[in-house]
Amino acid sequence: MVQKNIIDVRNLSKSFDISSKEPGLKGTIKHFFKRQTKSLKVIKDISFKIKEGEIVGFLGANGAGKTTILKMLCGLIYPSEGSILVSGYLPFRRKENFLKNITLIMGQKQQLIWDLPPIESFYLNASIYDLDKFEAKSRIKKLSEMLEIDKELFIPVRKLSLGQRMKSELLAALIHEPNILFLDEPTLGLDINAQRNLRKFLQKYNKETNATICLTSHYMKDITSLCKRVICVHEGAISYDGKLDLLLKKLSPVKEILIVCRSEEDAIKLANSSFTVKNKIKNEITIKIENNSITSSLKNILNNFDIEDLFINEPPIDEIIGKVLIKKDYDI
Amino acid sequence: MNLRKYLKVYKKFLHTSLASELEYKTNILVDLITAVLSLIGSIFLLSIFFQNNGSIGGWEFEQALIIQSIYTILNGITNTWFNPNLTEIVKHIREGTLDFVLLKPIDSQFFISLKKINPSGFLEIMLGFFLLLFCIRINQINLNLSFLTLSLITLSCSICILYSLWFFISTTTIWFVKTWNAIEVLRSFLYIGRFPLNSFSFSLRIFFSVFIPIAFITTIPSEVFLGLSQLWKILLEIIVTTVFLITSRKFWLFALKFYSSASS
Repeated sequence: MVQKNIIDVRNLSKSFDISSKEPGLKGTIKHFFKRQTKSLKVIKDISFKIKEGEIVGFLGANGAGKTTILKMLCGLIYPSEGSILVSGYLPFRRKENFLKNITLIMGQKQQLIWDLPPIESFYLNASIYDLDKFEAKSRIKKLSEMLEIDKELFIPVRKLSLGQRMKSELLAALIHEPNILFLDEPTLGLDINAQRNLRKFLQKYNKETNATICLTSHYMKDITSLCKRVICVHEGAISYDGKLDLLLKKLSPVKEILIVCRSEEDAIKLANSSFTVKNKIKNEITIKIENNSITSSLKNILNNFDIEDLFINEPPIDEIIGKVLIKKDYDI
Repeated sequence: MNLRKYLKVYKKFLHTSLASELEYKTNILVDLITAVLSLIGSIFLLSIFFQNNGSIGGWEFEQALIIQSIYTILNGITNTWFNPNLTEIVKHIREGTLDFVLLKPIDSQFFISLKKINPSGFLEIMLGFFLLLFCIRINQINLNLSFLTLSLITLSCSICILYSLWFFISTTTIWFVKTWNAIEVLRSFLYIGRFPLNSFSFSLRIFFSVFIPIAFITTIPSEVFLGLSQLWKILLEIIVTTVFLITSRKFWLFALKFYSSASS
C-alpha cells in the first residue's frame, strides 16, 4: 500500500533575535541600557517529507535545531521562510481539527496538575477534546493498561516517580487519539526499565493506530529501537535524511574481529595473509574486515587456519552517531 | 464557539482548581482571615479620613463606603480569578508550558484566564456584597429594576475593564518575560479606587480616568448606586469596556505571533 505524505516541509528557515551580554558589571550595565541583539538563523532552508505511520528520529547535538523544527511542525513557532503542511493544515494557524490530530510530549515539561491524581488531568483534557464521559473512561482504561499505570491513576502527581509521571504525561497527551505524535526527548531522566517500557508502548501504539511519530532523543537506544529513518540536523541544516541502518553501515564500514588461534604460528600466518591487522598479542590477533565481505572472509579463515575462538566487535552505536552530530554533510 | 463544550470545560476547571486548593487547608484558612482583616482595616482607614471632615470631594462617609464595597467585590474577583490565572501567564511563558495551552483545541485566552480559582476570594466577594447591602440600607437607596440593571451593567463593566488591563499587562510578558512590577503598579493604583475620584486634584482625576481608568472601575458604579450618575457616563463606561476588551483580545492574538517558546 502506498502511504501518503502526512508532513511536507519545503525550504523552511527560522531566525531568532538573540541578545548577547559581555561579562562583568560593566557588561551588565551596558546590556541594561543598550541591548545588542542579532538575528540568528537557527533553521536553514530545510526540506523533507514524512509518510503516514512512519517513525522518524531527529538527531543532532544540543542547539542543532531539532526542537525548533518540532515546534514549527506542531504550530507553536512561526517559520521565517518556507512552507509546512501537516496533515493538510498550515500548523501555525492552529485550527481546531489540526490540533485534535496532533500531540506534543516534552520530556522536561509537564502538563499534569501537580497536586491532583493524574485521572483529574485526563478528564480535564477529555473535556477539552470534547469527549463524552464514557468515551473518555474507555480510552483511559485502554491506555492505562497499555502503559501499565492503572494503580497510579489515583495517586497525586507529586507523589509519583519520574517514570510513572512520564507515563501519565503520555496518557494525558494521547487521550484524544492523535495520529501525529511529536516527542521531544520523552525518555529524559528515566531509568533503563522505564525507558524500555516507554519504547515498547510507542512501538505498540504506532502498530495499532498507524500514528506518525517524530522523535528527538539523546538516548541512542530510543532511536535504534524505534526509528527506521533518521533526519540528522547540524547547525540548523539537514546533514542526513535516510535509513538508519544505511547511515550506520556508511559510518562504520568495517568490523573488528578478534581471533584466538590454537598456536602462535597460526597467528603469525594469519598476520601475514591479506587481512588488515589491528594488533597481535601472542596467539590473539585482531583484524579488520569490511562489512560486505564478512561472510566470505570468515569462511576463508575457518577453512585455512586452526582457530580456537573468535569474537566480532561492533563499534558502540553512540560512538558512530556521535560522528553525525559533528559532521556537516553525509552523502549516502 | 461551542458554548456547551466551554461550559463543560469550565466546570472541570472549577472542579480541579477547587480540589487542588483544598489540598492545602491551612493556606485557605489564612487567606480567609486575611480577607476579613483587610476589609476591617480598609474601613478603619476610611473612617480616619472622614473623622475631621464631614465629606471629602462631596462624598459622605456612608456614600464612600459604597466605593469601598465595590472595591472589595472587585478585589475578591481579582483574588479569585485574575491573580491565580493571569500571574501564571508569566510562568507559562518563562518555562515554555504555554506550548501545552496553545496546542489544545480551545481558546487560549479562555484557558489561561479561567483555569484556576482561589476559593478564599469568594469570601471577599461575599463580604463586599454584604457591605453593599448595608450601604444600600444606610443610604436609603430604593431598589427597583432599572437601578438593579444599571448597577449590574456598570459592575460588569468594571470587572471587564479590570480584567482587560491586567490581561494586557500580562500579555507583554511574551516580549519582556518578567512583568511582575507592572502588575504591582496596577494593584497599587487600584487601592486608590477605594476613594472617591472627586477627592483628587483635577490633573489626577484626568489621569485616573484616561490612563488608568480607575474612575470607570469603582467611582461610576458607586455613583449609579447613589443615583448620582448621568446616562452619558454609563454609556461611556460601556464604550470604554468594549474598547478595552477588544484591544486586549487583539493584543493577545498579536503577541502570540511573537511567542518563541522556551528552549528545551
